[in-house]
Amino acid sequence: MATKTDTRTKSWALYLGLTFAVLMSAGPLLFMAIMASRKNSEILGLPPPLTLGGELGSNIDRVFANADVTFAKALLNSLMVASTATICVVVTSSLAGFALAKLKFRGRNVMLLFVIGTMMVPVQLGLIPLYMLMSKLGIAGKLESVTLPFLVAGFGVFMMRQYAQQAIPDEMIEAARVDGASTFRIFFSIVFPALRPAAAVLGLLTFMERWNDFLWPYLTLDAEHPTVQVALSRLSSGYYSDQSLIMAGTLIGTLPLVIVFIVFGRQIIGGIMEGGLKA
Amino acid sequence: MSPFFIVFAIFGLFPLAYTAWVSMHDWSLLAGNQGWVGLGNYRELFADHDFWNAFINTIGIFILATIPQLIIATVLAQVLNGRMRGRTFWRMGVLLPNVTSIAAVGIIFGLIFARDYGIVNWALGHVGLDQPIDWQAHRWSSWLAISIMVDWRWTGYNALILLASLQAVPKELYEAARIDGASAWRQFWTITVPMLRPTIIFVSIVATIGGIQLFTEPLLFGSGVNAIAGGTTGQFQTVAMYLVQQAFTGQRFGYASTIAWVLFMFIAVFAVINVLLLRRIKSVD
Repeated sequence: MATKTDTRTKSWALYLGLTFAVLMSAGPLLFMAIMASRKNSEILGLPPPLTLGGELGSNIDRVFANADVTFAKALLNSLMVASTATICVVVTSSLAGFALAKLKFRGRNVMLLFVIGTMMVPVQLGLIPLYMLMSKLGIAGKLESVTLPFLVAGFGVFMMRQYAQQAIPDEMIEAARVDGASTFRIFFSIVFPALRPAAAVLGLLTFMERWNDFLWPYLTLDAEHPTVQVALSRLSSGYYSDQSLIMAGTLIGTLPLVIVFIVFGRQIIGGIMEGGLKA
Repeated sequence: MSPFFIVFAIFGLFPLAYTAWVSMHDWSLLAGNQGWVGLGNYRELFADHDFWNAFINTIGIFILATIPQLIIATVLAQVLNGRMRGRTFWRMGVLLPNVTSIAAVGIIFGLIFARDYGIVNWALGHVGLDQPIDWQAHRWSSWLAISIMVDWRWTGYNALILLASLQAVPKELYEAARIDGASAWRQFWTITVPMLRPTIIFVSIVATIGGIQLFTEPLLFGSGVNAIAGGTTGQFQTVAMYLVQQAFTGQRFGYASTIAWVLFMFIAVFAVINVLLLRRIKSVD
């Protein structure tokens, strides 16, 4: 492809630029992997090691054996919180997006505006009311406090509504109605299958956002209920000198998303670029 | 447009109004409402040296991070728009940092910028710097390190958003420019940048909202028990960190709500500036 009219030097420069950009992006993660696979004594040597070592297994064992941080529990907690939010956001957003795009009812436009409005309130501003609310409900410090507020998402409803509008022809829904299908039947056998590509992207983005969330979990969760990100911050503040332990923990906390990203990269990039165009 | 603003006003009102209500009280985390103080918290805030220190840090880091980030992202978008093999691979490569959690970014870069045995100081030592830099100790160096963290995580993401709008630019424009003998650099400045302007402004307003609320990177850069203080003399404490410190360490919910409100006002001011800019560009076209 590249040999058509482009001169060779130009495409060389292009690939050089791209390689540099990717190296800059991957560099710090590579650094993390190297540190996580070395002994502390090796890390503290000069020059610093630039290749992977053989201590990854034992460093990971030390992370899981650390009684102060309960890393295995934190991983499980993150998985639960992120999965619950993902499933709920995808289901509620698909239902609401379909209704807002295809069903005619009074107040539809007002509801859509309402949903968009929720996307514009900055998180920091809600911290204090949210904390008070969680204390009142008696779940401050527990996992519910970082799950409940994120079971629905204005962004998701808006995204599914936009997609439903262009992906599902009105005639299809009308035809199903003529055949006597109920609205629920229509949703499950016609609408949801058509929404699947967008639902997958929404699910991926939601999962990544929940897995990586830091500020709110850091403020509200107690020592008994950490998520991975909170556990990482504890690990790094408590054992500052034990760099290989910290890096091994960071590696474990990062790896699940990197795997998700490698498998579904194309969809995630498509979702982000489409979102940018709509804005 | 007006129904939108009405609904937004109603919906945005609860957290806003409640925070405003709390901000006018002496309100403690444990003891609850200790009585009405009116604008007392606001008066205290505007005379609060620590708040202004955090404010200057936030704006400084924001500027130091955002300007290079936008420039690099625009150039990178242009590069990614070229004809190449393995398109998805390169795009994934530049998006990789965005998948990494902010907590991980803070921890990794904290070690990269460590005073002793940090890889940056080691590399700088090789190009003739004798004295290792204590990155956390000074204002300029901590701002720089934190800005690099922010840029590392967001430049590729923004490049992809810019790339999406770049692909909507008609190819004929570039062809016409090439026939007229315009260099690649000239094409970049006379076609790419003007066509991307609305998206650049969108990206910059998102960066502004994020930048003004910056919290996790400086928190984990500092590490240690009193990380929320942002360094020994608060040289890299941001407004959001000061807010959390007042609310949870100082247990002053009322005062923290005041900070939240002032923070919101700054975001609103920047958003209004953005809208005005967008309008101007539309009228120019």
